[in-house]
Amino acid sequence: MDRNEVFEKVRDVLVDALAVDEDEVTPEATITGDLGAESIDILDISFKLEQEFDFKIGQGELFPEGVMQDPEYVQEGKVTDKGIATLRENLPHFNFDKLEEDRRVEAVGQIFTVEALVNFCEHKLQTA
Amino acid sequence: MRWMWIDRVVELVPREKLVAIKHVSLAEEHLHDHFPARGSRPAMPIMPACLIVEGMAQSSGILVGHAEDFREKVVLAKVSKAELDREAVPGDTLRYTATIQQMTDLGASTRGMVELISPTAAGPAQPVQIGQIDLMFSHLDQNMGGASFPEHNFVFSEGFHTLLRTSGVEMPA
Repeated sequence: MDRNEVFEKVRDVLVDALAVDEDEVTPEATITGDLGAESIDILDISFKLEQEFDFKIGQGELFPEGVMQDPEYVQEGKVTDKGIATLRENLPHFNFDKLEEDRRVEAVGQIFTVEALVNFCEHKLQTA
Repeated sequence: MRWMWIDRVVELVPREKLVAIKHVSLAEEHLHDHFPARGSRPAMPIMPACLIVEGMAQSSGILVGHAEDFREKVVLAKVSKAELDREAVPGDTLRYTATIQQMTDLGASTRGMVELISPTAAGPAQPVQIGQIDLMFSHLDQNMGGASFPEHNFVFSEGFHTLLRTSGVEMPA
């Protein structure tokens, strides 16, 4: 499956799960910001990706749990170096440039883009 | 027992499928307001679609809750799809068939078929599919980002216990 096909499938999943228009699903669009996903939508997206691509997504694999609540990783509302390192380790296919610039917890959604999701699926397909 | 929108569970295949029925009765007060006579238009008692969604949510929720012996607080988190193309009126029976699509520790997605059984002089007619209601449930305690809820499972209240008992479904001790 080439990258374009993966993108199209991811786009269909997002259109279905979030009731957004196809043209809103650009590679740069953020899942929680631009596309308005809430926490339950992440579970919905995860279920739909599993069905679409026929792979399994482990708990916390799409987005690590508890990191944002851990005082070691977040201090005074900002993600610490250790926090970023942990996120990088868990999410090797995400681009952290924006989070490096803006460490606010509210900015974490910036790294969770459509492109990151496509990268994640591509990697899963390659390693499946 | 005031907020029970199913009358009986008629089939339960654990972790897979639950079938429940709901009789629509003119004795139900809300049917007199939905919709009352207005001007020259006569009253139109119709089962509100939102309560059909609630009936499906209760059917699906019991199925999801039963899978973990009702230990999880199973809450409706998302109506993924709700399509109904025919009305249910007094005398009709609604039949909800809920199936689990996917389930993890965090929650579950379900698919639901809504059927209508209308009475005829010769007895109940064959069920006719009138819609589909797909839902997402969250296991509340697993999704609180550190916050916690009381130990007591307030989701599966006495009403649900009574419904399951009168339906002959065994409850965990």
